[in-house]
Amino acid sequence: MKNITFSQATLEAMEEEMTRDPSVFVMGEDIARQGGIFGQFRGLPDKFGDRVKDTPISETAIVGAAVGAALTGMRPVADMHFADFMGVCMDEIFNQMAKVHYMFGAQKTVPLVLRAPDGIINQAAAQHSQCIEAWFAHIPGLKVVIPSNPADAKGLLKSAIRDENPVIYFEHKGLFPMKGDVPEGEHLVEIGKARIDREGSDLTIVSWSMMAHHAARAADKLAAEGISVELIDLRSISPWDKEAVLKSAAKTGRLCVAQEAVKQGGFGAEVVATVAEEGLEYLDAPVVRVGAPFTPVPFARPLEQAYRVTADTICDAVKKIL
Amino acid sequence: METPNIVRLSAEIPVEQYGRERLMSLYETMVKIRDFEKTVEEKFFGGEIPGFVHLYIGEEAIATGVMANLTRDDCIESTHRGHGHTIAKGADLNRMMAEIYGKKTGCCKGKGGSMHIADFSIGMLGANGVVGGGYNLAAGAALAKKMQGRQDISVVFFGDGASNRGTFHEAANMASVWKLPLLFVCEMNEYASTTPYLTATSVAEISRRAFGYGMPAAIVDGNDVFSVCEGAKKLIDPIRAGNGPAFLECRTYRVKGHFVGDPEKYRTREEVQKNVDERDPIAFFERRVTSAGALSAEDLSAVQAKVASEIAAALKFAQESPEPDVSALFEGLYV
Repeated sequence: MKNITFSQATLEAMEEEMTRDPSVFVMGEDIARQGGIFGQFRGLPDKFGDRVKDTPISETAIVGAAVGAALTGMRPVADMHFADFMGVCMDEIFNQMAKVHYMFGAQKTVPLVLRAPDGIINQAAAQHSQCIEAWFAHIPGLKVVIPSNPADAKGLLKSAIRDENPVIYFEHKGLFPMKGDVPEGEHLVEIGKARIDREGSDLTIVSWSMMAHHAARAADKLAAEGISVELIDLRSISPWDKEAVLKSAAKTGRLCVAQEAVKQGGFGAEVVATVAEEGLEYLDAPVVRVGAPFTPVPFARPLEQAYRVTADTICDAVKKIL
Repeated sequence: METPNIVRLSAEIPVEQYGRERLMSLYETMVKIRDFEKTVEEKFFGGEIPGFVHLYIGEEAIATGVMANLTRDDCIESTHRGHGHTIAKGADLNRMMAEIYGKKTGCCKGKGGSMHIADFSIGMLGANGVVGGGYNLAAGAALAKKMQGRQDISVVFFGDGASNRGTFHEAANMASVWKLPLLFVCEMNEYASTTPYLTATSVAEISRRAFGYGMPAAIVDGNDVFSVCEGAKKLIDPIRAGNGPAFLECRTYRVKGHFVGDPEKYRTREEVQKNVDERDPIAFFERRVTSAGALSAEDLSAVQAKVASEIAAALKFAQESPEPDVSALFEGLYV
């Protein structure tokens, strides 16, 4: 094991996969000269030269070209700068990238990864803070992964690059500097498999990305009150590990789903609806969803703090079902 | 405003230089597209073909003339009006017609239909139901070719309406900055769906937009296959040599409605008929080659007969092919 940051873990994944496979390349805004806005690409051009490309500020061109290159023998990784900017190139994502394999009768695969830094940091306000993962879980043909720690960040990025399907890789901006243990050598994490972060018996909390850390702090607080929480970090939301969630719900009888994104229409709703359809008999209490209020992310500190889902938000919410 | 780097090509090209075999091939492709489309139109009205269908009738010279300069390894991105491009690139007619019929034997296994025909085996990377959706995919294919050190080029077809999409401008800029081997082929057919060209476009000649991106451009008569062929060659040779993208504006006219069944209330019958009578690309070709003595009436009849039997076979294949099994619904979603 080595203790490295989330950002370094993604860099290791890129280096290893670019070394392993010459068809892998990466392009995006400010990645070659600047090294990525969060330093997550720093040093890559020294090793891989022209396979690390600074693009124009042209999101439709970045994603469209990634699709075209993927269809003609390359394995592109495209950086979206901020997940919020995926709105600019939504046609390329949901009408082209997601559909070309299916609608052309599976003639060609689309092995590409979109890296999308998301989430709240530094009062970045309404257009640089959003969590929009649920949009993409609604689109057949895409895979969506969303790691919470350096080990999963590395393992999922490597798996995403090797996947023959288009994968959207959400990486929470607040996670980049966080350190964690990463296995030495080849480390892959299977897309679609959740991770049981902590076993427990009274309540299941399902979360992903940065929220997994808030959920863990909530579990610590609840443990101090004698409540045993089972923590599930989904890691992938399309496909997602519903078996792991159903199994845990059957074990604890109580379910909370926590997300940083706005609660309405979020991925948490999918998790809860699935448990209602397929495991209602497991539940001893109503389910609880925790998510942000239905507003854009506000700028001013007190407003942003009021907006954010934290460990306390989760604790307050689950106490209603305990 | 004079635009010095736009090359206007006249139709005064000596057809004799083309040689008999090449002329026969150009004619065959155009007639094949025309007959295919007429059959599709008839069977759509007959209720056999479902969905949305957009015909390429009257624009055959463009696909034919451009594709005459491409190899099998060059790739193209097509449009919703894509049958002509697909045929000219060399697609199998049986599997194409079967796709339009929504059959299991179609080139996309019945998952795509008329607007989503693709045949990767011949470098046809797909029609696109989204107007202007192809530019950046074509740029990506061009980028791949360049990174792979290949001599192949990528070509994107689009209409005058699609030239107003932002996707054009992003692709043009990126292709130019990166010197990608990409040819933009604008099929300027006067109507963006139902909207006349100049009511929605800021320049009289779309190719002027190539300027802004440092690209060479040419304007050709899109109803004269020789003009298209020469114009495309003039632009493609430097692209292959690594000089970056170029823009070919082909002046044509959409003699059919935007889609089959379009009531066409936005133009007069007289306007359409005048174009049919005076600018038909196939009739024009026939006059040129026979008056020059390059091909005989018998040569042309022989091609027509050969094509007619191929189209009849394709139709029969499509009609008799089975529909996809319902079990195919989830096939091809993920690998």
